[in-house]
Order: sequence, then structure tokens, then C-alpha cells
Amino acid sequence: MEKKDTRSGFGAGLTVLGRTNPNVVALCADLTGSLKMNEFQNENPERFFQIGIAEANMMGIAAGMTIGGKIPFTGTFANFSTSRVYDQIRQSIAYSGKNVKICASHAGVTLGEDGATHQVLEDIGMMKMLPHMVVINPCDYNQTKAATIAIANHEGSVYLRFGRPAVPNFTPADQNFIIGKALHLQEGTDVTIFATGHLVWESLEAAKTLAEAGISAEVINIHTIKPLDSKAILSAVSKTKCVVTAEEHMLNGGLGDSIAQLLSRENPTPIEMVGVNDTFGESGTPMQLLEKYGLDAKAIVAAAIKAVARK
Amino acid sequence: MNFWFILFQDKRTEHKNYQTPTKISVNKSLNFYQQSNISNLISQIYNTIFAKNYTINIMPDISKLNDVVSQVRRDIVRMVHANSSGHPGGSLGCTEFLTALYFEVMNHNTKFSMDAKGEDVFFLSNGHISPVFYSVLARAGYFDVAELSTFRKLNSRLQGHPTTHEGLEGVRMASGSLGQGLSNAIGAALTKKLNKDDSMVYTLHGDGELQEGQCWEAFMYAAGKKVDNLIATIDYNQKQIDGSLDEVLPMGNLTAKLEAFDWIVLEEFQGNNIEAVINTLGRAKELAGNGKPVAIIMHTEMGNGVDYMMGTHKWHGSAPNDEQLADALAQNPETLGDY
Repeated sequence: MEKKDTRSGFGAGLTVLGRTNPNVVALCADLTGSLKMNEFQNENPERFFQIGIAEANMMGIAAGMTIGGKIPFTGTFANFSTSRVYDQIRQSIAYSGKNVKICASHAGVTLGEDGATHQVLEDIGMMKMLPHMVVINPCDYNQTKAATIAIANHEGSVYLRFGRPAVPNFTPADQNFIIGKALHLQEGTDVTIFATGHLVWESLEAAKTLAEAGISAEVINIHTIKPLDSKAILSAVSKTKCVVTAEEHMLNGGLGDSIAQLLSRENPTPIEMVGVNDTFGESGTPMQLLEKYGLDAKAIVAAAIKAVARK
Repeated sequence: MNFWFILFQDKRTEHKNYQTPTKISVNKSLNFYQQSNISNLISQIYNTIFAKNYTINIMPDISKLNDVVSQVRRDIVRMVHANSSGHPGGSLGCTEFLTALYFEVMNHNTKFSMDAKGEDVFFLSNGHISPVFYSVLARAGYFDVAELSTFRKLNSRLQGHPTTHEGLEGVRMASGSLGQGLSNAIGAALTKKLNKDDSMVYTLHGDGELQEGQCWEAFMYAAGKKVDNLIATIDYNQKQIDGSLDEVLPMGNLTAKLEAFDWIVLEEFQGNNIEAVINTLGRAKELAGNGKPVAIIMHTEMGNGVDYMMGTHKWHGSAPNDEQLADALAQNPETLGDY
């Protein structure tokens, strides 16, 4: 399986937008290389804005640039795209209803060696709490590229979250990305695994192990955490009657939290959640950190066995 | 070069029939002009003089503008009184400025379009002075003045702080959480440049608001990236909620600070004299478009036009009672009809 980083999917999508949509502009806070925005910058120097290390100013400028019809894409690390600038996003972008795409790389513990100062695990929660904010966490290079292109056609504020490490690139290159539409990756009858971001691949690996143990796991990719595809989730659960959620994010405020809210209202179902439980990350390699914080296939298998036992 | 500069100065004073209230740092001006080549210099000064004469030929009707000012002051105190909440002090201090912008200086269309293509735009960064903003927008024709009576009430488009969320014509960005407006304005100014739209972007900021760090990120960016279709005015009343600037956090020499950030800085000592404000905004516009953003440090009196609200920070965010309202209204004649 070819491995590629999701941030490069963002860069490739942005390059396509640079060539196809003259209203797209890009802003970056001194992390152009890390965000893979160089190609857009080289091809469209007049539409690329190097803001410097001033993320608050970047969010405010992006909001202002929408007045007159531009579609700004901001790029920096996920931590600096959210927690550092939450009030600027809240007032100038979300409350003001601006058509800004907040594109955030290096999300979660897989940022790796830089450690907890940079490993944001609360961003999905913060962003999904903002009214009308769309929150997307694609799972591989191809899906990130497709999502980047798709959000340019969505009128409204969007948070697009992706990461640093090279991970298997397993979704089709020609996929049609539909915001808010869950993707069935594998059919199964005993348990449904709802996964987002880097943990989608881990869920597919887990499903193989579960199959060997005689458990038929359905794997559904929830790339859009908000708006949540409630219909697809409820339909799957009505069949398998137990659930695992998997995400590289804090349990509080993440995908599992959204699905638990939905199920407790509509169809109370045993649910096990794979995520980070009220702790900060630390330095290490991405794979070491996924293992230590229980964010890998092994953890998903254990959660699925537990969920099935609770039926 | 000195000759041309003197001519520029002479023409300015010659046509002013009131005490000249503004100054521009001469050294800074010379530095600025020295950076231009000689033909640009001559053309700039010629344009400056020509524009001045042109302005003189169609002098604004100051008495009519002062009628607007009087009515806006009435609107402000009545809106705040009706809710027993709001910010009358800063609103009254900026009444002349906003009236000058919307009734004289800006090229704008009251048939509201969010994108503002081909129009000047204004961002109110210190959103708490929403009463003056709403009154001026309504009096200029953006929406019915009767709607001013809904200010701060349930289901109103006139929220405590301005917002686009309720679709109020004339508002292009929410403000209230301080320090964000200059960044927003830079964004709008950059888009105007991309769109080959030579209109201007204006902003207003509180002086205390400049204690927010984001303002200085924006000051740095605007000068560093030559955002020169931008005129930022600082409401320099030297007061904030907890007291004077010096009591809360001394701001030092703002003019020197902004000049050090490479802005062109004008200082307007009579921010409550509408004719002076119009002239200074006109000069700011002339200086714009030359590679640098322009700031105006506008000295104002918080609570201006209502004697008991002046000379104190106490009316920053307090509303008058019935008796105080009557007193305030008696000082400001009804000129255009109360809402």
C-alpha cells in the first residue's frame, strides 16, 4: 500500500483550486512548506498571502477578504488554527458567517516529536461547537485532496483537519467527496466501527483481525463530523446493534461524543470509544504515540470485542 | 522640494477658515516625499493642491452636517436610555467622525451589498459604540430610523454589538470582542486590490482597544505589505472602562509608535469639529495610495455634546435616567425628527 501524508493531499487540492477557481486565495502563517502550499504560492503569487507568525491577524484578514468575493484558505498547524485563535474565528468568521476555509495540519499526536505543545487533541470539539461550522477530518491523501477541492464550493465556514505522517493512501483517487456523507468501506453484521482521520486505516486493519476471530465488523468512514450523517449512522446501528468510534482526538468533544449524543437520543446502543482520555500527548514517533495512547488497530479490536459482549 | 512643500502648507492654511487643528510630522512627511521620485513628487503635490481647491469649491454644508450630528446625539441617548444599557460616552465622542464619513467622505451605496464592489467600506472595530453606528447608518438611509427603537431588545437586528448575523444593512463584520477590526479591514483592502477596485477602506478603533495584541500584528502587516488603501482612525479620548488610559495601562506616544511601525500618522486635535474631521480625512485620502497605510490619531471628548457626560469615563457604559435624558435632549435640538 502506497503511503502519503494527508497534508500533501491538501497541497495538491489547493494547487488544483489555484488553477480552476480564480476566487481562491491562500494565507499562511510562516509554515508554507509544512502545509505543502508552495505549489499554489509559486503558481499564484498574487493570490498567496504570507502573513508571518501572527495567526490572529491571519484569521481576521481571511474574514475581511471574503468581502468582495474571495474564498480564503488559511494554513497553519491545527493547534494554531484553533485554540490559539478561537475568538477570532468565533467572531470574525463563524458569527460573521464568512466563507473562510480553515485548513489545519499536524493535528493530533501523530505530529510526533514536537510534543504536546503542538499536538492539539481538542480542535474538533472546539470547532464543532461553533454554530454552522462544518468540520471535516479526512483519512488519507486522496480524500484530503478531494475534500480540499469540495469545500471551495461550499458557501460557509469550514474547518479541514489533516496530519503530518505518511499513512496508507487507500481511497480511490477519483472519489467524489460529498460533505456530510458517510462512506461505507466494509460491510459487516456484528459491530459498526465509525472512524475518522488516521484511525480509518487502523479500523480496516482491526476489521481483518476481528474477522479472524469470527466477528464481522462494518467500517464506516465519518469524514465529516459536522454535519453528522445521522441517517447512515442510525441505519448501520439498527443492523449491528453495537458501536465502536475511533479518532485521534480527545474523547470529550470528538466524533465519539457526537455519535453518543445521537444514539442516546434516537437509539440507545452499547458504544465503546477509542480516543484520548483527558490527557496531553508527548514526544515520540507517530506510531509509538498511536500505540501508547491506545489509538491503533489493537485498541480498536479490544473495543469491538467489548462492544459485542455488551449487546 | 522645500518650495513645493511650503506651497502645499500655504494652500492648506489659506483655505481654512477655522483654527488649523491638525499637524503632520514634518520630518516624516519629508522622508515620505524624499522616497518618491521627483515627477511623482510634483504630481502628488499638484494633485494635493488641486484636490484641496476642488474641496473648497464644493465645501460641505457644515450647518446641515451639524444638524445630523445633533440628531444622532439624540438617537444615541434615547437608544441607550430606552434599555438602561449601552455605551453613550464613546458613541457621542465619535458622532462627528461617523457623520463625516457617511455623509461627506465615503463613496458608499445605501442599497447594501456585502461585497461592496466599487464602494468605500468602513469597519467599526470598537463595536461597543454601536449606538452611533446604528444611528448614522439609519440616518444615512441604510434602514428605517424607526428600527432604532429595537436597539438591544429581543429579536432585534440592532444587537448590543454590531453583527452581520441578523442581516442588518450596513454591517459587514461582527465586532465587540476588541482588536479584530484592523485585520478585517486589511483583508477587505487586499481583496479590493485583487479586484482592481480603487475604493478605500476605513476603520475606527478605541485607544484602549490598542492594548489588544492583534492590533499590533495588523499594524505590522499593513505597513510591511504596503496596504495603502487603508485609513485607520484611533478614537483618542484617553479613557476606558476602568479609568484613564494612564491609570489602566499607559499607551505612551501613540504617534511615535505608529510611525515606528511605518504608518503615515496624522493627528487631529479637534475630533469633535466636523469640518476639521472632514479635512483630515480628506488629507488622509490624499496621502493614501503611496505605499503606506494612514492612521489618524483623533482627539475626542468622551460624551461630547452632553455636558454632564464630558470630562469623565463614567459614561463609557452607563445609561442616563429619565431626568438625565431630558437634560441631554435639551442640549441637542431635534433637527431631522426623532425616531
